[in-house]
Amino acid sequence: MRLMRRTPIAPLEYSRRLWLRSWVGGVALFLYLPLLVLIIFSFNDSKRNVVWRGFTTKWYGKVLENESLMAALGNSLTIAFLATLISVVLGTLAAVLLWRFRFPGRAGIEGTMALPIVVPEICLGVAFLVFFAQVGWPNDLIWPLSLGNITIAHVTFCFPFVALVVRARLASFNREQEEAARDLGASEWQSFRDVLLPHMKPGIIAGALLSFTLSLDDFVITFFTSGPNTITFPVKVYSMVRFSVTPEVNAVSALLILLTVILTAVALKMQDISKTNAS
Amino acid sequence: MQDWKLSRRFFAAVASAPIAWLFLFFVLPMAIVWGYSFGRNVGLTEIEISGTFANYGKALEPLYLEIMLKSVVVAAITTAICFVVGFPVAMAIAFARDKWKPWLLLLIMLPFWTNLLIRTYALLFVLGGRGLVNSGIEHLYNGTSLVSQLLGFGAFDPYQPVQLLYNNFALILGLVYVHLPFMVLPLYAALDRLDKSLIEASLDLGAGHWKTITRIVIPMAMPGILSGLLITFVPALGAYLTPDLMGGTDSQMIANVIERQFKRANDWPFGAALSFLLLYATFILIALQALRSRKEARQ
Repeated sequence: MRLMRRTPIAPLEYSRRLWLRSWVGGVALFLYLPLLVLIIFSFNDSKRNVVWRGFTTKWYGKVLENESLMAALGNSLTIAFLATLISVVLGTLAAVLLWRFRFPGRAGIEGTMALPIVVPEICLGVAFLVFFAQVGWPNDLIWPLSLGNITIAHVTFCFPFVALVVRARLASFNREQEEAARDLGASEWQSFRDVLLPHMKPGIIAGALLSFTLSLDDFVITFFTSGPNTITFPVKVYSMVRFSVTPEVNAVSALLILLTVILTAVALKMQDISKTNAS
Repeated sequence: MQDWKLSRRFFAAVASAPIAWLFLFFVLPMAIVWGYSFGRNVGLTEIEISGTFANYGKALEPLYLEIMLKSVVVAAITTAICFVVGFPVAMAIAFARDKWKPWLLLLIMLPFWTNLLIRTYALLFVLGGRGLVNSGIEHLYNGTSLVSQLLGFGAFDPYQPVQLLYNNFALILGLVYVHLPFMVLPLYAALDRLDKSLIEASLDLGAGHWKTITRIVIPMAMPGILSGLLITFVPALGAYLTPDLMGGTDSQMIANVIERQFKRANDWPFGAALSFLLLYATFILIALQALRSRKEARQ
């Protein structure tokens, strides 16, 4: 066995040691096994869920026929899209503001901007519940205006993340480029649009993907802001899980896992592209 | 950095929207909750902000104090288990070949990006009374029973599913499952930055691997370890979904009590006070960590 190995394990090659490999394998199993079992059993032809009775795709059909579930999915995607759009604008502006300017109260703004990231979700959820009750936010608006309060809540916890990502990208900006543009006669706005914005683009895209995922995933904060007519996908799945464990929930979950994998692949692809462009 | 007075119009264009949003839709809602925490219920829907500390007093009653203490203990156990499980994983990633690193990181990140609710449901599904884990144990049990029968010791009693859900075990398992990636990523970042030659020196000078890890690697990676502990502890302390879906009646955490005050018990001032207590605890931990890292940076 020893002879078959190409090189002996060097002292620091911890990742080639058997015990560490089995540990990582065990952790991966722990993380993935429940998800895999869930996906496999979404194709199970049995209402009772746990015994394998043959392959079927009927639960997926049932999911697509389930109108309230599809409406919830539509709501979630609309909210995620709107919240991302607003968060990208606000987050980019906030990043430029904190990167560029010295002004009174700067440290305070910077600190407050980081708060929505660290405040426990439950506190933020409660705050929005109380806020919308206090201002008397109407809950009989027509769609999509009825999603306004959830969208506002999502923007509040998404845009600081966008600001964080874009600001990290701005750190690598060479200010002389902007000065050169100004020297050559560009106005402040022109140099922002034609020099700074293209540089920030990979950060903005990464921030947008992050914000979309965060919004789509959020349960706790939405749970406190959604009304009877504005159910989102996670809130709907929650009530299904609470009510009963059915193969339909497995099918829905499998679809959402697939969506996550796709979004992740897109994000990685984007990162690759921006890396090759930079080098 | 540029002084804002040098280009006031551009500054105003950049600053107004994010600052306005932050104050209107974050500071103001939080301020209202803070105000409510000093208020009392007058009638069914009316709340009068009277400046009373009664809500904070109520939080110190044994019933609620016990739940708060329990939340802290549960979050601490979760964090400790995440550290023990996650540290070797972070080591493996940090010392892996460069080609493998992104894939190993992705392995940890992918569940992290998957919807929290779905991960919790997956765990519920696997651990349920008729779930995979229980049927696995049942097969083992029946196999042993058969062997015992063949050996002439008689069969066992029929199998009773093990109660894996709706208790404190399930709560902690669920929290570890959800928060493990939070721990692995900062640990990896800290270990990856280490000067590997110091570890080699320790090994060359005769220290074993265990001694090198405890005496060299862990002290050097301490800032990263502490931030990993914090990043895991804070969300575990405020967890709502896992105790709600996986815990039993006796494994409610502070977030569940807060939710109950707002959605069912309808005692908003008390819920507001509890919510701010949780917030203060979070802030104190973050401030301590920030102080520590500032002190380290100065040295």
